Amino acid sequence: MGDPKGFLKVARANAKERPVAERVAHWAEFHEPPAPEELRAQASRCMDCGIPFCHQGCPLGNLIPEWNDLVFQGRLDDARARLEETNNFPEMTGRVCPAPCEASCVLNIRETPVTIKEIERSIADHVFASPLVPRPPSRRTNKRVAVVGSGPAGLASAQQLARAGHEVHVLERDDRIGGLLRYGIPDFKMEKGIIDARVEQMRAEGVTFHTSVDVGRSPSGDELRRRYDAVVLALGARAPRDLPIEGRAHAGVYFAMEFLEQQNRRVAGDLVPDDGAIVATGKHVVVLGGGDTGSDCVGTSIRQHAASVIQLELMPKPSLVRAPANPWPEWPLVLRTSSSHEEGAAGLLQRDWAVMTKRIRANAARRVVALEAVRVQMSGGKIEEVAGSSFEIPCDLVLVAMGFVGPVREGLVAQLGLLLDARGNVVSRADGATSVPGVFAAGDVSRGQSLVVWAIADGRRVARGVQAWLASAHASTHAVAAR
Amino acid sequence: MALPRAHGLYDPANEHDACGLGFVAELRRGPSHDVVSKGLEILRRLSHRGAAGVDPSTGDGAGILLQIPHAFYERVLSHRDVELPLAGDYGVMQCFLSRDVGRMDAQMGIVEGVVRYHNQKVLGWRDVPVDEGVLGPIARKSRPVMKQLFIARMAPAATFERVLFMIRKRAGRLVSKTLGSIDDGSLAGAERDFYVASCSSKTVVYKGLMLPERIDGFYLDLRQDDVKSALALVHSRFSTNTFPTWDRAHPYRHIAHNGEINTLRGNQNWMGAREPLLASRVFGEHIADFKPIIRPEGSDSASLDNVVDFLVAGGRSLPHVMMMLVPEAWATQDDMPAEKRAFYEYHASLVEPWDGPAALVFTDGTLIGATLDRNGLRPAKYVVTEKGLVVLASELGVLDIAAEDVVSKGRLQPGKMFLVDTAKGRIVSDDEVKREIATRQPYALWIAENKIELAQLPTVESLFMLPAEDRERLQRAFGYSREDLRTLLAAMAANGEEPTGSMGNDAALAVLSDRPISLFRYFKQQFAQVTNPPIDPIREELVMSLVSCVGGEGNLLEETPRQCRLLELPHPILSNAGLAKFLACDIKDFRAATIPITFAVKTDDPAAALAEGIEAACARASRAIDDGASILVLSDRAVDAWHAPIPSLLATAAVHHRLIREGKRVRCGLIVESAEPREVADLALLVGYGAGAVNPYLAFESIHAMVKEGLVAEVDPSTADKNYVKALKKGLLKIMSKMGISTISSYHGAQIFEAVGLAKSVIDPYFTGTASRLGGIGLTEIAREAIARHAEGFRREPHELDVGGVYAWRVEGERHLWTPRSVASLQKAVRLHDAKSYEDYASAINDQSAGLCTLRGMWDFRSDRPPVPIDEIEPAKEIVKRFATGAMSFGSISREAHENLAIAMNRIGGKSNTGEGGEDEGRFVRDANGDLRRSAIKQVASARFGVTAHYLVNADELQIKMAQGAKPGEGGQLPGHKVSEEIAHVRHSTPGVTLISPPPHHDIYSIEDLAQLIFDLKNVTGGRARVSVKLVSESGVGTVAAGVAKAHADAILIAGHDGGTGASPLSSIQHAGTPWELGLAEAQQVLVLNGLRSRVVLQVDGQLKTGRDVAVAALLGAEEFGFATAPLVASGCIMMRKCHLNTCPVGIATQDPVLRARFQGEPEHVVNYFFFVAEELRAIMARLGFRTLAEMVGQVGCLTSPRREAQAPPASPGEKGWGAEKASSLDFTAVLMAPASVEPNELRCTRKQPDLLAKAIDKSVIARVAATLQRRGPSEARVVITNADRAFGALLAGEVATQFGAAGLAEDSIRLEATGTAGQSFGAFAVRGMSIALEGDANDYVGKGLSGGVLAIRPPAASRFVADANVIVGNTVLYGATSGRAFFAGRAGERFAVRNSGASTVVEGVGDHGCEYMTGGVVVILGTTGRNFAAGMSGGIAYVFDEDGAFSKRCNPGMVELSPCDDEDGAAVLALVEEHVARTQSAKGRTLIASWREARGRFVKVLPHEYKRVLASRRPPVEATKAAG
Repeated sequence: MGDPKGFLKVARANAKERPVAERVAHWAEFHEPPAPEELRAQASRCMDCGIPFCHQGCPLGNLIPEWNDLVFQGRLDDARARLEETNNFPEMTGRVCPAPCEASCVLNIRETPVTIKEIERSIADHVFASPLVPRPPSRRTNKRVAVVGSGPAGLASAQQLARAGHEVHVLERDDRIGGLLRYGIPDFKMEKGIIDARVEQMRAEGVTFHTSVDVGRSPSGDELRRRYDAVVLALGARAPRDLPIEGRAHAGVYFAMEFLEQQNRRVAGDLVPDDGAIVATGKHVVVLGGGDTGSDCVGTSIRQHAASVIQLELMPKPSLVRAPANPWPEWPLVLRTSSSHEEGAAGLLQRDWAVMTKRIRANAARRVVALEAVRVQMSGGKIEEVAGSSFEIPCDLVLVAMGFVGPVREGLVAQLGLLLDARGNVVSRADGATSVPGVFAAGDVSRGQSLVVWAIADGRRVARGVQAWLASAHASTHAVAAR
Repeated sequence: MALPRAHGLYDPANEHDACGLGFVAELRRGPSHDVVSKGLEILRRLSHRGAAGVDPSTGDGAGILLQIPHAFYERVLSHRDVELPLAGDYGVMQCFLSRDVGRMDAQMGIVEGVVRYHNQKVLGWRDVPVDEGVLGPIARKSRPVMKQLFIARMAPAATFERVLFMIRKRAGRLVSKTLGSIDDGSLAGAERDFYVASCSSKTVVYKGLMLPERIDGFYLDLRQDDVKSALALVHSRFSTNTFPTWDRAHPYRHIAHNGEINTLRGNQNWMGAREPLLASRVFGEHIADFKPIIRPEGSDSASLDNVVDFLVAGGRSLPHVMMMLVPEAWATQDDMPAEKRAFYEYHASLVEPWDGPAALVFTDGTLIGATLDRNGLRPAKYVVTEKGLVVLASELGVLDIAAEDVVSKGRLQPGKMFLVDTAKGRIVSDDEVKREIATRQPYALWIAENKIELAQLPTVESLFMLPAEDRERLQRAFGYSREDLRTLLAAMAANGEEPTGSMGNDAALAVLSDRPISLFRYFKQQFAQVTNPPIDPIREELVMSLVSCVGGEGNLLEETPRQCRLLELPHPILSNAGLAKFLACDIKDFRAATIPITFAVKTDDPAAALAEGIEAACARASRAIDDGASILVLSDRAVDAWHAPIPSLLATAAVHHRLIREGKRVRCGLIVESAEPREVADLALLVGYGAGAVNPYLAFESIHAMVKEGLVAEVDPSTADKNYVKALKKGLLKIMSKMGISTISSYHGAQIFEAVGLAKSVIDPYFTGTASRLGGIGLTEIAREAIARHAEGFRREPHELDVGGVYAWRVEGERHLWTPRSVASLQKAVRLHDAKSYEDYASAINDQSAGLCTLRGMWDFRSDRPPVPIDEIEPAKEIVKRFATGAMSFGSISREAHENLAIAMNRIGGKSNTGEGGEDEGRFVRDANGDLRRSAIKQVASARFGVTAHYLVNADELQIKMAQGAKPGEGGQLPGHKVSEEIAHVRHSTPGVTLISPPPHHDIYSIEDLAQLIFDLKNVTGGRARVSVKLVSESGVGTVAAGVAKAHADAILIAGHDGGTGASPLSSIQHAGTPWELGLAEAQQVLVLNGLRSRVVLQVDGQLKTGRDVAVAALLGAEEFGFATAPLVASGCIMMRKCHLNTCPVGIATQDPVLRARFQGEPEHVVNYFFFVAEELRAIMARLGFRTLAEMVGQVGCLTSPRREAQAPPASPGEKGWGAEKASSLDFTAVLMAPASVEPNELRCTRKQPDLLAKAIDKSVIARVAATLQRRGPSEARVVITNADRAFGALLAGEVATQFGAAGLAEDSIRLEATGTAGQSFGAFAVRGMSIALEGDANDYVGKGLSGGVLAIRPPAASRFVADANVIVGNTVLYGATSGRAFFAGRAGERFAVRNSGASTVVEGVGDHGCEYMTGGVVVILGTTGRNFAAGMSGGIAYVFDEDGAFSKRCNPGMVELSPCDDEDGAAVLALVEEHVARTQSAKGRTLIASWREARGRFVKVLPHEYKRVLASRRPPVEATKAAG
C-alpha cells in the first residue's frame, strides 16, 4: 500500500464526463480519462484492508488492493497483469459494471469509496493504448470445445479454454460476435471496437469464431456433442419479460432490445430498413422499467431527439440513503441516477415510481396513443393499487424494459433435453456441468439475467470445470464413445 | 521416586523447578556442628521460596550437602564393629534403595560387586536413621530405604574420587540393566527404585521429599553434635508438579541450582553427539559405564549435574567446569582481560553454553562457591563475618548476624563467581580464580593459530545470479507467494526489520490448509513463560551473540589446540557471495562437501521417493565425513523437472539426527543452501534443527530482482541485502531471546519448537524429541505437498505467483475465520438485534465442513445425558457473567472503543480488561446514567504502566500478563508520537516519550518470583481482588499452570497463539505458540492430575467467537471465557489489520481525533453480541443435557472427533478438500482424554486458595496506625522484621489507597520504623503519606510500584562495614515506581529503578542495567554503576557521581546523552542528597555535601534524547521567563 493515510488526504473524485449538451449529440463514449497524477491520488486512497471487502464484492475476485497499489506506484503494466489474472475483459467491466466492489469498499462505511471502477478502466485503457498481446498456449491438447454464444460468458470461457491449449470454436447466431455486449449495450456506454480488439486477440490465441450459426437447427445439439469433446452453452437469458395487458400488440410497443439493437446496428454502419425501424425521434416515449436497460433506452431516445421521455417503475422510489436493515457491505438499495438520466433535462425526462401500467390505448390505425396507469403502494410485501389514482400518459412509443425471464427454451435447450429449474434456467453444478454429460452452461443461461461481471466470472469458472472434465478419464471415454 | 508417565497431554519432560539455595562456609575455625545448624537454619528461612502441592506437608524437596562428618561416622560405626580408616581414606555412598526387600538385597549385592570390580573394599552398610513421622503422606508412601555404604580406599589418594565416581556410574547402570525398574503399568510410570545421592570421600548429601524445615527432623544424623562440617550447601525446591520424586531434591553431588536451563534439549543432544568421540586416559574402557553422560528423564539441573560430574571426574577443576558450561558474556566485552576472553572463546568451540537463568552453588568438599549466568537473573547475596563465617543465599537475612560482626555484604553479579577455599581459609575473588584458570594454557595462541574467520577468506566472484525465468520458476517451485515477496521480503529489504501486523491470526492451521504449505509452517516456536524469563535482545544486547562456528569438534575430555580449528561466522546467515567463498576455500581441515537434497518426482509412490531421497542425503553425508569433509553443504540447487526439493528443514533435521546416531555429528558443520527458507521463522527452524549456517539463496535473488524492478523503495541492491540480513539477525535474536537464550551456539540444535500435525513416523526419525501431540501427516503428504509445489514451477505453464492470503484475506488465498461474510453478518446482527443474521455469522464460523480452520472445527458434540428443555437452563444473563473482553490497552485502542467495551461488560456483569497501561481515575466512579467505565480486570504487565496502589485496589481481578498470544515472550514499544497527553496521564509517563515494555517482568524470573508478585498484589488489595495469571498455549503450559496454582494464583488464563489484537511482528503472530484447545486441555489435565484444579479458575481466550466455541472450551475445562476480536467487530472493527499505523478508519485502533470521530460502536452492540453467544450456548447445553455451565466444565467426554471419510475422489494439494484429507490423520485421543474417575468438584474451581495474609505483619501495623486511617491525625509504629516478612507496607498501602484515593495522605502521616533484614518487596506500592524507615537491609524488589510513599534504608548504627561499598538493597528496586521518594545508604543490585516513571531516589551505587526502561523520575547515584546503565531509558534524569571517571563506558548510549550538571541540576541533586543524609545519616552523603563545590563537578547528568526534546518543547522559552521575572 502506497500511502497509509491517503484516504485522509485525498477526497474521492468521480470520473469526469463530457458535458451533456455535447455528448448527446453523438453516439460515442463521453468519459474523460483522469490525468495520471489524479489517478495515482485516487489509488492512494485504497487502504489495503486486512479483509478487502471490495475483493469479495467483486464476483471475479479482482485483486483490487493489489492493483490499486500498483497504480499508485505508477506501474500500470504490472497492474494490467494483476487485473487480467482474474478478469478477461477489464475494459468491459471498467465501463459497464455497476461496481459492487465500490459498494462494499470499507471507505463506503462512512465516507466515499475508492474509485475502483475508474481505476480499473484506466488500467484497461492503458492496455488498449497499444494492441492487445495474445497469449497463445505453449502446448496444445487434442481436445475440441464448442462455445455456443459469444456474450461475455462465452467469450471468457472460450479465452480461458484456448489459453489452456484446447481447440475452441465459438458459434454465434448473430452476424457479429459479442452477444448482448454487441447489440444490447449502446455505443455511448461501450464502443464496439473493444469487442473487436478482444476477438482479434482471441483469434491469435487460437479461437475460431463462427457467426450466423444457429445451433439447434444446424448443427443440431447432438451433432455438436459428437463433434466436440465438450460443449459450453453461453446462450444468455434472452427471453424478455413481457407485459400481458390489453393493447400490448399495438404498433409502437416494443421490447427494449429490439430498439437498442437497431440503434447499435446503425452505429455499426448497418442499414436498418425504414419499415420496421423503431425510432424515438420527435416522439413521446414511455420506458417501462427502471433498470439499466430502461436507462439505456432513455439515453438512446434522448440521442434520437425524442420529444419527451417518461420512465416508469413499478416499485416505490428508493430513498437516497441506505435503510438500517440494508447495511454496508450489502448492495445499497438506493436511488440511482445513470448518465442517461443526467442527460434528460427538466421537461425532457421524467421518472416516476410506484406506477402500474394497466392498458395501452391505440388510435384507429392501431398505433399507440396513450398508456393508462395506476399508482400502487406496497402493503405487507404485496403491491396494491391506490384507489382512484388512475391516470393517463399520452405517448407514441412504448419500450418494454422489464428484464428477462431466462434462456430461450425452444431450439437447442429443448433439443439437448437439458434439465431446467423452476424459473426455467438450465440446471448446472458448481463446475458448470449440466444434466447432459459433456455439456456445460455458463452465464445467464443458468444463472438468469445478471451482470457482465458475473458472466465473465461464470465463463472462467465453467472453463475450469471443462478443463477438469477434459483432464479426467471420464471425458476421454465419452469422446471416444461419441466419435 | 517417579514422575507419572506421559499421559494425555502431560509430559514429564516439561517439569520445571526453581528454588531457594545457599551455603555456609567456615574460613578459619574448621568443621563444626554450628555450620550444619546454620545451614539448616537457612533452609528454614527460605521455606517461602519452596512450595507445597495438594499435600502441604510433603513439599517439593530439600536437602543439605556436608563434608563427611568423620568423627560421627567413626563413632556410630564403631558400635557396629566397623573400623573406619582415616578421614579421606574411605568413601560414603548415600543410597536410596527399593522398599521391596528382595530388590533391595539385589541392589546392595550389585553395588558391592561394583566396588570390588573397581578394586576397592566394602566396609559395610549403615542404615540411615530417619523419622518418617515428619513426612507428608505422599512422601511417606514413596519413601525409599536410605542406606550408606562405606568404601575403603585401595586406589591412590589422588584418584580415589574418580574411582568413586566410576563406582557410582557403574552401579547405576548395572542395577537398572539387571533389575530394571518397577512398572506396575499404572499412571505412576516406571519407577526407578535405586538412586545414589552422593558417593564421595569428601562430601555427603542428605536430601529428600520434605519441607525444608523438617530435614533434620527426618535425618536424625543431622541433629548429632559430632556431625561437623566446614561447609554446608542447602537447597529448597519449588517444583511445578506435585509428584513425589525423592531423587529430584537438590543438592546433587556437586551442585545445587536455582533457575532453569532453557537450552536443555540441545545440550542433551550435543552431549549425546559428543559421546562417540569421548576418550580418556583416566577412564580407559570404563567410559562405557558413563554413557549416556546425561541420564534420561532427569531434570535440567540433574542433567547439568551429570555433565559437571563427568567433566570434574575427567580431570578439570570444578571452577573450570563451571566457567566452561556457564560462561559469562564475553563476545561483546571489550574490557575483559584478553586471556579470559581467549579461555571462553576456546571453550566455546568445545561446548555450547548451558543457557538460562541460573544461580549455581557448587562444591567439591573443599572449594565451595557460587556463580550466576551471564544475565544474572537469579539472586545470590553474601555476608562475610568478622569471625570468618561466609553465608551466601538467595536472600539476605537468612541467618541472624549481628551488625557489628559483618565485614562485608554483597551480591553476586552476572557471570561472576564467588569462591571460598575452606582449606586455605580465604575467599578467592572472581578475578583471581578466573585468571588462574584462564592462564593454564595458551588459549589465545591456540585460537590465533587455528580459528578462521569468514572475513579472512579470499573473496571470490559470486557464482550465481539466476536469469529471470529460472528465478520465477524456482519461486513457484518453492511455494513463494506474492505476500512473501511484497509483505515480507520487500519490507525486510527496505527497512531492515520484520514487518508488523495486527489483530492476531485467524487463518487455517498448516495441517488444515488446502494449500501445499511449507513444512516450516507445521512448527510453532516455544517461548519462556513464568519458569524462566525472556530476554530483551535490543536493550540487553551485551549478553547476546549470533557468532556461529562451523567445523568439526574433538574430544571434550581433552584440551588441545586442534579443538578450536573452526570457521567463525559473525552470524548464521550466509549471503550468496559468502557461501561462494566457503565453497571455494582451500584450507586444510575445511573441506566442504555438497550433499544434494532432492528426490525423484514419482507420483505413484511419493513417500517412498522422498524417503529414498532423505536416505540418500543421509548416506552421502555420512560418507562425506568418512572421506574427510568437515563441512557439509545441504543444497537444493540441483532441482530440475525430475527432482523436487526435499523440504530443507526435513533434510537438515534428518541428516543432523542421523549423524548424531552414527556418532559423527560433531565431526562436521552443517550448512544449508536452500531456496526454501525466506523468513526469520524458517531460519530459526533450520538453526534449531542443526544447521550451523543457512544460505537462503532464492530470497537474495528475489530481493535483487525486486530492487532492480524498483519494488523496494529507495535502496540499492547491496543495502537491500544488508537490510535483509539485518532483519533476519534481529529476528533470530528475538526468537532466541523469547526463550531466554542468549547465544546462537546454545540455540543451535536446541529444537525449541513443537510440531502441530506431524506424524510420529516423521518426528521420531527426523525430528527426534520434538513434541507433536496430535500426530498428523506423514511422508506421503509431505512428499505430495513438495511435489505439488515443484509442479507449479516445473510442470505448469509459467504463471503469476500464488496470492498467499495469509496476512490479508483473499478469495483464492488461505482460509480465514474472519471473512467478509462473518464480519458483515455479525455487525448486522448486533446492530439490528437480528438473530437470523447472528445465525449466519455463527454458522460461517462453526460449520467448517466446507473448509477446516481450527482444531475444534473437527469435533462434534455427543452426550448420553437426556436433553434438557431450554427454559430449564441457566439463563443467558447468568452465563454472560463468565465472559470477559480481551486485554487491549487504552493506547492501542481509542478511548471511545475502550470505554464502550467497559460499559458493555459492566452492564452485563462480565469483565472488561484495562490491558497494559493504567486507567483514568475518572472511570472508577459511575456516570450519571449509572454506567461504569471501569475495567473489572486490571492488568499488571511487564512495564507496569500506571500500576499504582490506587489502580490495584480498583479492580475485581488483577491479571499478571506473562505472555500474550500475538507475541509470546516479547516486549513492545509505544512510540513517543503516539503517547498523547491523555495516554501519558494514565500511564504515569511524559507525553511524547517512547514507552518500552520489557519482554520479562523484571520481578518474575522464575516461579517463586511469580508467587512473590501474587503475594504482593494480594497484600495491596487485601485479598479482595482475584489474582490471575495469563499464559499462552504451548506444550508444557499445563506444568507451568500447576506451578502457578501452587504459587497461589486464583485464576489462570490460557490464551491461544492466534489471539491478540496488538501490533506484533508478523512472524510472532504466525509462528509462536499453539491453539488454545491444546493448551487448555493440557492445563486442565495436569491440574486435575495434580489435584490442583479445584483451587483455581481456568479461563481461556484466543479467537473465541461463538457459543459453540464456548461450549468446546467449557468441556475442555474452562470456566470463564475471553473474547477480543469479536466484540471489537461488534463495535465496528472491520479487520483492517492496520492497528499499528494509527489509521483505523472505524475509529477503534487509533488516537487520531478525526478517525476517532468515526467510531460507531455502542455498548448495546457488545451486549447483544454476548447475549447471542450465550443463547447459542444454551441451545447446545440443552442438546447435551447440562442445566448449568458449571456442570459442563471439564466433561470432555462430550467431545468427539468423528472419523472423517476420505473424499472421493481424493483431493490433491492445492485443491479444496486437501486440508480435510490431511486433517484425517490427526489423533485427538490425548487432547480429549477424560481424567480417570475424578469427582466433578475436582474438575472446576470449588475452593479458595489458602489465605496468605493471615500472618502478614502489616495487620498488626494497621492496628497501630488505626488513628490515621480513621482520620484522626498522624501515627507511627515500630517493628522488627525478618526476611520472611515480605511485602511490608503493601497491605497498609492498599488500605490507604482504598480510603483516601489516588491523592493519599499528607506526607509523613504514617511513619513506620523497622529494624532487621526485610523480606522481598519491602515498601511495595507504599502510597503518599506513608514513610517507612528501615535500619538493616532489604532483599529484592524494594519499593516496587512505589505510589507516593517515602522509603529510607540505612545500615544498623553498630555496623562496621563501609556502607557505600556494601549492598543494602537487592535487585530490581523501585520497579515501576510512579511517585514517591526512596533513600538507600548503600549499594543496590541489578536493575535499580527499572521502569521508574516518577520516583526520586538516592542510592550509593548500583549493579548492571541501572535505570533500565526508565520513563520518568530522578535517580541520584553517589557511587559506581554496573554495565548497561540507562538501556532503554526514554525519560527521567539520572545523576551519577562519577567516582572513577569511567561511568561513560558503563553507560548504554543508545537513548541518552551525558552532560555535566548545570546550576539548576546541582540544586536539585543537592536537595535530594540533603534529604538522603537527613533520612539515612549517610556518611557518603555527608562527605559530598561537605565538599559540594568540588563534588558537584563530578556528577554526570544522564538525560534521554527524547525526554530532553520534550522538556525543551514544554518549557517556556528562556527569554519569556526572564521577561516575566
